[in-house]
Amino acid sequence: MSKLEELLAEKILILDGAMGTMLQEYKFTEEDFRGDRFKDWPVSVQGNNDLLSITQPEAIAAVHKKYFEAGADIVETNTFSGTTIAMADYKMEELVDELNYESAKIAKQVAIELTEANPKKPKFVAGAMGPTNKTASMSPDVNDPGFRAISFDELRIAYKQQARALIRGGVDILLVETVFDTLNAKAALFAIDELKEELDLDIPVMVSGTITDASGRTLSGQTAEAFLISVSHIPLMSIGFNCALGAKQLTPHLEVLSYKTQYGVSAYPNAGLPNAFGEYDESPSEMAKQTREYLDKSLVNILGGCCGTTPDHIKAIADIAKEYKPRPIKSLQHKKASA
Amino acid sequence: MEELDSNLANNTSAKKEYRPLQLSGLEPLIITPDSNFVNVGERTNVAGSRKFLRLVKEEKFDEALDIARDQVDGGAQIIDINMDDGLIDGKEAMVRFLNLIVAEPDIARVPIMIDSSKWEIIEAGLQVVQGKCVVNSISLKEGEEQFIDHAKKIKRYGAAVIVMAFDEVGQADNYERRIEIAKRSYDILVDEVKFAPEDIIFDLNIFPVGTGMDEHRKNAIDFIEATRWVKENLPHCSVSGGVSNVSFSFRGNNPVREAMHSVFLYHAIKAGMNMGIVNPALLEVYDEIPKDLLEHVEDVILDRRDDATERLLDFAETVKGSAKTSKVDLSWREESLQSRITHALVKGIDAYVIEDVEEARLASEKPIEVIEGHLMTGMNVVGDLFGSGKMFLPQVVKSARVMKKAVAYLLPYIEEDKSGKRETAGKVLMATVKGDVHDIGKNIVSVVLGCNNYEIVDLGVMVPPEKIIETAKAENVDAIGLSGLITPSLDEMVFLAKEMQRQEFSVPLLIGGATTSKAHTAVKIDPQYMHAVAHVNDASRAVTVVGDLLNKRTRKTYIENLKSEYEVFRNNFGKRSKVKSFLSIEEARENNFKIDWKTSNISKPNKLGIQVLEDFELDKLLDYIDWSPFFRSWDLHGRYPKILEDEVVGEQARSLFADAQVLLKRILDEKLLKAKAIFGLFEANTINSDDIEVKFDENSEEKTIIFRTLRQQLKKHGGKPNFALSDFIAPKETEIQDYMGCFCVTTGFGTQELAAEFEKNLDDYNSIMIKALADRFAEAFAEYLHEKIRKEDWGYASEESLSNEELIKESYKGIRPAPGYPACPDHLEKLTIWELLKVEERIGVKLTESLAMWPAASVSGYYFANPEAKYFGLGKIKEDQVKDFAERKGIEYKKAEKWLNPNIAD
Repeated sequence: MSKLEELLAEKILILDGAMGTMLQEYKFTEEDFRGDRFKDWPVSVQGNNDLLSITQPEAIAAVHKKYFEAGADIVETNTFSGTTIAMADYKMEELVDELNYESAKIAKQVAIELTEANPKKPKFVAGAMGPTNKTASMSPDVNDPGFRAISFDELRIAYKQQARALIRGGVDILLVETVFDTLNAKAALFAIDELKEELDLDIPVMVSGTITDASGRTLSGQTAEAFLISVSHIPLMSIGFNCALGAKQLTPHLEVLSYKTQYGVSAYPNAGLPNAFGEYDESPSEMAKQTREYLDKSLVNILGGCCGTTPDHIKAIADIAKEYKPRPIKSLQHKKASA
Repeated sequence: MEELDSNLANNTSAKKEYRPLQLSGLEPLIITPDSNFVNVGERTNVAGSRKFLRLVKEEKFDEALDIARDQVDGGAQIIDINMDDGLIDGKEAMVRFLNLIVAEPDIARVPIMIDSSKWEIIEAGLQVVQGKCVVNSISLKEGEEQFIDHAKKIKRYGAAVIVMAFDEVGQADNYERRIEIAKRSYDILVDEVKFAPEDIIFDLNIFPVGTGMDEHRKNAIDFIEATRWVKENLPHCSVSGGVSNVSFSFRGNNPVREAMHSVFLYHAIKAGMNMGIVNPALLEVYDEIPKDLLEHVEDVILDRRDDATERLLDFAETVKGSAKTSKVDLSWREESLQSRITHALVKGIDAYVIEDVEEARLASEKPIEVIEGHLMTGMNVVGDLFGSGKMFLPQVVKSARVMKKAVAYLLPYIEEDKSGKRETAGKVLMATVKGDVHDIGKNIVSVVLGCNNYEIVDLGVMVPPEKIIETAKAENVDAIGLSGLITPSLDEMVFLAKEMQRQEFSVPLLIGGATTSKAHTAVKIDPQYMHAVAHVNDASRAVTVVGDLLNKRTRKTYIENLKSEYEVFRNNFGKRSKVKSFLSIEEARENNFKIDWKTSNISKPNKLGIQVLEDFELDKLLDYIDWSPFFRSWDLHGRYPKILEDEVVGEQARSLFADAQVLLKRILDEKLLKAKAIFGLFEANTINSDDIEVKFDENSEEKTIIFRTLRQQLKKHGGKPNFALSDFIAPKETEIQDYMGCFCVTTGFGTQELAAEFEKNLDDYNSIMIKALADRFAEAFAEYLHEKIRKEDWGYASEESLSNEELIKESYKGIRPAPGYPACPDHLEKLTIWELLKVEERIGVKLTESLAMWPAASVSGYYFANPEAKYFGLGKIKEDQVKDFAERKGIEYKKAEKWLNPNIAD
């Protein structure tokens, strides 16, 4: 068993909160996003948060550090859109290797420094692999349901490139996240499985889907359990949900995962549901109160935050999680038994 | 592994842990030892369903989706999808169909079984489905390396897998081989590939028993025992299979088959079989099998006696016999008058209807009340049953026959009693358009509407537009229904819609028939007429559509919805994103199908020239009849003979088939139909790439005539050629003499007279039946003649010996494409055949202005003998070829465009 897995068996691990929310405070301008290197870039790059790992690396490192200090055990790399597919919007497909590599290095550097400072509390980095902006099992054209804007192979190749660069940059975990179309996630898992074989590397994998509305289904129509079954063919460190709903609305879906899966369960909800202005305004204490329900029911192994969450939210969650034992994980027990 | 199991056992309970097979569509399917037997739907399999095959070939994916939906609605927990057919691009069809299924939540909720013998199709399927599928199937047939490679990929794609008991040596056909292959497959999968054992499903091969061959005696018990062994020794896996195979040798004897299936399943499920394909209609409740039958069947299934098969065969005769001679149940005659009339209408029994109607007439004040009361009450029951899918078309047509007899009996009384005037639901004009002679579908729709109290004005076939317009005005009809089977009829319908608009009609226009489609109706016909246009794709929908169109309260909304539906469809049709790329005709010719003429095996016909067969014996054609299309013409879908045991339509199919046999016997005994044929075999060579020059003698003078062929222009992938029929004949410049043939057969003479005779006796059922049978005979004659020519007159396949089934599957060498069909969709070349063979002069078959053959039960086409000749579909072509075709043929572009219109790409 790896260090991480041992830890997972012992305690509830804390994941960081939103990167975007934190970066908004910097109020970066188009010029800040471009930096010197991209000052003549042909298209606007403001909003390409992933690019900040190259043009504003200190800011990214600072956010990671804040989350670690707030109590996170794992931070996510700043690579939510780090595929050729998502970068096409900025004509930055060529930069994908560098973006992922640099983002991983920044996060890993912070993790190493803090671990060295306090070896009892080791810090880890998860390479974030977002859903891209295309869907492999839905048509973008309601009038042509058989049409697909992207193929499995295109996704597989793009994800493989991202995962390879993240691994090279030193991430401890790969996190396939905010999955709204399970087929996209399966392409990512296919790529990761190929890479694991090619590199002979047993890197832990986390998968986190997103339930988009009150129907309790993913955007591509699956129930929580169908989603779980569809991605369980690759050994996972955890499966869970993030984004879209607040902590409260996520509970029944986490219950399904928790009862059905042999893997760990993760949850990093938004800071409540968006208010009338589209802002997430659930306070740290309110959100912590909601997550207490997860803990009382022993539903989760990994907890964190998504949109609208800050180091204060993470601190509140981490403080509560300390009081609880983690949910028993069958796959780890198997591993322990056969080891 | 063992350690893990014991650990799990300790962790949970004393009970041995079983890992369930978990699959998913939009919703989960979890199969545990406590689950009931999981039934896999297999109607969406081109090998299992003729209808599905046809829909896929015709790209009618909307209707193909309906089949998938029906299966899921009917309780299938997994749907098997298979696109393995020589004439389909399997990979494209699989991907396209799966993409469409995924967009239908009511279908996509269940897991999908991706079924193909081609790995590339399986992999393409796995790439488009988000849920956890089942791959059907892999095996050690091609060796371990490929097996491991495929299994590894399947695991990566996250699917479960069916493993066939098949290895390098062959298919497992006894106990030892089954467990040997299962064990070896399992070990490789679990130990080497690290495949989750619960994701392995074994298909251990269900083979028939009771065949009379000693080596088949243990087929069932070996399967059952191997299943037991597998479940005991290979933890967590599932066992599946196709059950109906086991009773194959008792086809035709359903009581025995049903018992065999239940007995087999009873024991196989006890042994651990947990999923498979079973026809629920062919299943008796185990406890309800009569004791003696059970004993005999178990003797065979479990191989308990040496003489088990003989004993069951003897016993089967008595079971079959007793079923056949079962007494006619006349207890319904004891019931009330209305019940008796309703019963007669629902069951289509006309024996007592006159006496019942007379009783009703005497009891009523006015004779008209018998129609409006007693008879309509009964017909409403028929309508409801039909509408809810509990009655099938042939039954409804029989009901109509009873109704007609009753009405005919009452008419003189009604006329005598002038005060009575019958209220109908509306008056509908029905016609097969100008130039077209096909009317089976139109007649069925007429009958079904007639049953539902519509008055039908049937103008018959080849009806000119002026006559339709004139009659519609004179009769003041409430709706007009047009039918057509050949492509030129589509233009006729467009023309009629325009005419109706011009003459300010406002009644609804109904469109139906084999070549019509929702697409054509929405895009080409609907815009021509500002009032309602409705495409009615099958007879069963006709009643509801006409009802909705004529209902005074709801029609306005219905028509508005219909209009806007077509408008949306039309707009989307224009925006189809599937951009096809085409080659220029020159490029397509460059990429033609190349036969190596130096080595190609060209055989000279034994007998060149033209021959006529007059008054051919129909008996000889019986063995050549393909019955599946016969059932299709009655809206019963499925493949003969399987359809006779279909869970839904089987009973009806058997009854229809029995009625057909009665009429068939009469046709043969009384020689009611005349079969004639003409064919010619000629020297031929391809010239200018797409034309075939044929030499023939006329009045001892050597003449030539040229067939113009059309070439595929769609850009092909993977080095596939762009076919034209001319590719199958040696080009003139090779200086190799090649040959081709052409033919026309008919069995239609006599049909018209017989149909008229039946109609005179108010028997629409047999009137439609005779036409459907004549069509079958014509197809059978074409099949027969082709075989005779292959073996004798041309003689290039004198060694050939094929069963009827193989003939239907077109396993023979050489092809006989027909003008108007996919390889040569233009009908114009029929004129060349007629000129060359002098068809009309010699056997009397005529061509209408739309180039349909008359009588309708006729088939014409070409013969190509080259072993490399194959059937293909022309697909869409571009204007450059149309222009080139017009020039080659020496006709105006407009004319060429008109005839080739359905094939010209937009």
